[in-house]
Amino acid sequence: MSQRLEQPPSRLSRLRQAVAEHPPPGPTRRGFWRSPLRGPWLTSVFGSVLLAGIIVVFVTGLLSYAAYNPDLGSNDKTPGAGPLGFYLFDWPTNPSWLYRVTQGLHVTVGIVLIPVLLGKLWSVIPKLFTWPPVRSLAHALERLSLLLLVGGVVFEFVTGLANIQYWYVFPGSFYSLHFYGAWVFIAAFVVHVAFKLPVVVRSLRSRSWREELRTDTAHTVPEPPDDHELVSPNPAAATISRRGALALVGGGSALLFVVTAGQSFGGVLRRTALLAPRFTDPSDGPNGFQVNKTADALGLTEGAQDPGWRLQVRGAEAMTFDRDQLLGLPQHTAALPIACVEGWSTSAQAWAGVRLADLAQLAGVPAPVSVFVESLQESGFGTTTLRGNQVLDPDSLLALRVNGADLSLDHGFPARVIVPNNPGVHNTKWVTRLTFEA
Amino acid sequence: MRRLAQTYGAHPLHLVSLLVSFAVAGYAAYQVLPSNPVGIAVWFVGAAVLHDLVLIPAYALVDRLLHGRRRERSDPAVPRPWANHVRVPLALSALLLAVFLPAILRLSSGYESTTTLPADGYLWRWLVITAVLFALSGLVYLARLRSRTA
Repeated sequence: MSQRLEQPPSRLSRLRQAVAEHPPPGPTRRGFWRSPLRGPWLTSVFGSVLLAGIIVVFVTGLLSYAAYNPDLGSNDKTPGAGPLGFYLFDWPTNPSWLYRVTQGLHVTVGIVLIPVLLGKLWSVIPKLFTWPPVRSLAHALERLSLLLLVGGVVFEFVTGLANIQYWYVFPGSFYSLHFYGAWVFIAAFVVHVAFKLPVVVRSLRSRSWREELRTDTAHTVPEPPDDHELVSPNPAAATISRRGALALVGGGSALLFVVTAGQSFGGVLRRTALLAPRFTDPSDGPNGFQVNKTADALGLTEGAQDPGWRLQVRGAEAMTFDRDQLLGLPQHTAALPIACVEGWSTSAQAWAGVRLADLAQLAGVPAPVSVFVESLQESGFGTTTLRGNQVLDPDSLLALRVNGADLSLDHGFPARVIVPNNPGVHNTKWVTRLTFEA
Repeated sequence: MRRLAQTYGAHPLHLVSLLVSFAVAGYAAYQVLPSNPVGIAVWFVGAAVLHDLVLIPAYALVDRLLHGRRRERSDPAVPRPWANHVRVPLALSALLLAVFLPAILRLSSGYESTTTLPADGYLWRWLVITAVLFALSGLVYLARLRSRTA
């Protein structure tokens, strides 16, 4: 090494140095970025909040995949997942509100993180224009990884936001885009956190929160010069204090929480969710709670009212029931919520109908491994496979009535599945056939 | 080892972590990309470009219009003391618009038939929230002016 140092610099390295020292005018010059707020402390504050929030959003996302029981039948919307499903487990039926909480968190925490994400990206924007664009192979690979990180996070947020607002413009199936996009993002996120964590810890310790919260705009000065290209070498006077910028970001998160979260609480709080997709209940009355997809939107209005409707039950035996015969079987009531992958949910509704376990018994399969559920619905989630533990839960019903009234068309008349802690779309409506597998 | 680090530009573990990360990302991308390679690539890169090269410059431009010329740190005069009282409600309102754009602009054709809920209230609710934000910000500004002159 010492030998190399003694040699005169080669032409190439002199050229490289010359390029590095002469960035073109514009954003590649560090003095172009003049905000006195940018610096490793501010970036680290945003980064730590994102770290905690993204862990919540990613883990609840993984749980949502597990909740669909993708190993059964044709439940899997992303059959190529392979090793990415390494953690899958049998989704429980208890507690019945679990999916309501995890998926409510997934969507609400994701939305609340948006201002923090925007603040974080704003704080590091000078690094996008770093000069020279590539310093070494390591630098080039890390920048490629950052493209996956930033492209991935924006992709995930935009596809998620579009999906919960029924704006299906993304280039393919939401499930596979959002699922695989999450893995591309998280792969880049993990190494980014690993590389930056020491800097974050050091930077957070470099300033006192108490001092920051006491400092107004007039007294806001830049962070000391750093080697991360964040602190401006040519800072302008502050137009807002650091505490002001943090309050703006935090205020944005709080505002988003207020106009969104109510759709996952239900009751009177739903009316606070002024901009959320499920900001109000469709109507009053026993069937007035949230409808995932209406019969009309699926073209089932006529079929679901056909008096010739029969339920076929198959297993060791094959049987057929009309609705009155089902009402003649022992009826059970279960108070269960509906919780959608889109993050909204209802409070518990009083469902009444026949236990799936009783139907399995009648079909001669008292301990089924699974049940294949078919419906009048032909598109989307018209069929589902439920696992044995879901069939045998005493609160799992083929529901015929809700809150003391017959099911409405939109809630699945003549009969629908309702299983505790099951993602909404797996509580199949307009059921026509149950096939119990031993 | 040291030579590798020198040629590469970082500790070899840096390289190993990135390669593992690319392998996971590559596997995931390979499962979904073939279904629509151009569309997905446009969305993926487009998302980052839209944010970095459109949203940030737009934000900077509005900011500059609000605050006027850039002030040097030596210059003690605050030219527009009201600027932040426009900036903050404007930023919050823009944030709500960006997040709930499909609902506010009624971009979804199936919202009403899917949910049975009315789609026409979002624009009004967003405008009312925006008006409330500006009103609150204005009140805070007036209170500040009074406490300064008092």
